[in-house]
Amino acid sequence: MEAMIEAVGLVKRFGPITAVDQVSLAVARGEVLGFLGPNGAGKSTTMKMIAGYLLPSRGTARLCGHDVLEEPLAVKRVLGYLPEGAPTYPDMTVSAFLDWIAAVRGFKGRERRARVERAVRLASLGDVLFYPIEALSKGFKRRVGLAQALLHDPEVLILDEPTDGLDPNQKAEVRRLITTMAPEKAIIISTHILEEVEAICTRAVVIARGRIVADATPAELAARNRWHNATTVVVREAEAEAAEAALRALPSVATVERSTRVGVGLVALSALPREGRPIEGAVRDALAAAAVAPRELFVERGRLDEVFRDLTMKRAA
Amino acid sequence: MRSMLVIARRELAAYFATPVAYVFIVIFLVLLGALTFSVGNFFDRGQADLAPLFAFLPWLFLLLIPAITMRLWAEERRSGTIELLLTLPIALWQAVLGKFLAAWAFAAIALALTFPMVITVNVLGTPDNGVILAAYAGAVLLAGCYLAIGAAMSALTKNQVIAFVLAVAACFVFTVFGSPVVVGFLAEALPAGVLEAARRVSLIGRYDAITRGVVALRDLVFFATFIGFWLYANAVIVEWKKAG
Repeated sequence: MEAMIEAVGLVKRFGPITAVDQVSLAVARGEVLGFLGPNGAGKSTTMKMIAGYLLPSRGTARLCGHDVLEEPLAVKRVLGYLPEGAPTYPDMTVSAFLDWIAAVRGFKGRERRARVERAVRLASLGDVLFYPIEALSKGFKRRVGLAQALLHDPEVLILDEPTDGLDPNQKAEVRRLITTMAPEKAIIISTHILEEVEAICTRAVVIARGRIVADATPAELAARNRWHNATTVVVREAEAEAAEAALRALPSVATVERSTRVGVGLVALSALPREGRPIEGAVRDALAAAAVAPRELFVERGRLDEVFRDLTMKRAA
Repeated sequence: MRSMLVIARRELAAYFATPVAYVFIVIFLVLLGALTFSVGNFFDRGQADLAPLFAFLPWLFLLLIPAITMRLWAEERRSGTIELLLTLPIALWQAVLGKFLAAWAFAAIALALTFPMVITVNVLGTPDNGVILAAYAGAVLLAGCYLAIGAAMSALTKNQVIAFVLAVAACFVFTVFGSPVVVGFLAEALPAGVLEAARRVSLIGRYDAITRGVVALRDLVFFATFIGFWLYANAVIVEWKKAG
């Protein structure tokens, strides 16, 4: 599949500091790439370079085959970009701002109105159309930025923290919007909300100290975690000892962790597998053999937050 | 071309979206009036012309024009909207020129609001309206020069106060180079060649000539080149800042 977003060996130095170091990535149509990393890791700097706002110290980026350094205008036409912090002109009304964006993008008359209306609908801005942007809440401001990025129905979307500052309902709405658009476009979103990556991204790139430390699907990343395929059972306190002993006796179980935060008189036992192998069947069998009836039993996919911490912290030492 | 005008229209609207435009225009007119009538002895001179007005104008412009230009780029940089502007499908020159034209139009509006003075001298006597027209053209050109300098200075920083101070300083330098006081003062310190070069890039001498009704092509070309140079510098600064 042909890559619609390509970054080739991007390097950005600010004086003696190398903020981005040899970042290469490719995103095809239909992919939603989640760009992860701690604050200051170089996420925004990389996105600014791909969007053509910052000039790379070395390397380049191509959007739909157009080189960002050689054909900046062609790049900007196919790109919808939500910059860091979703900047907009505070003294304009939402309607005037979007109309201005449409005019700068060269839309005229009836089509311009249609484009603005569509963007307003996508970002659910109908109620605040004639408010000055400075009077809006953080969530609405973010959605104005999003509407601006979607206005020309671009092939490539680069969204820097699109759900930052939104409440859970709005977050869900924006995620739904991204998922709906995804098949037609190539999308990069940056975030540090890991549930978001699992919810909407087809691929996750983790960056730490300017370098890519992982590039995999969310499931592959989760599989790297010791909690991958971990099986948790909730049992009555009276049966806890027997259950724990039964689980520990299993050769495929590396360790068992105990938690009492599940309710009065209940204990949760989590069996972590060796080498991430599925152990659900073995756990069921062992409990049945020990005559313990679990109240609940569930299998985990792996904890992305731990993977994230492992990937981004170990290099800091 | 169209994109440039779209940019210019937004910038011009931005002036009037806040009280800034009205405060500016009122202060400009009040100060200009006060200088012309009291300091300039408008009535006592007994002459039906606007010479006192145009004599004070450069000095008023010196302080007030940078106030028009200081936010052009500095505010975009501070609020982050510059990232939005520079990732829209427009060429850099369109943004630079669009902003400049908006500021120029605003300055021209402020200047046009001095029209009661023109009416006054026409009521009181029979002035040479051709000279007055030439003087207005000169004032617009001078404003353009200051605006171009100010816009470039605004591109240097995200702090509007710094942009203002830098612009006043730069405009001051290009204004006083030609004035007789400075030339006399510097004559002993600087070699004649440098002094001559400084006099040539100074604005005030050429402006004075135009306000007296002497419109030379040479001076018009100079003003156009001067504005062009600073707009180019403006674009270079924005591009240079992109390199981080």
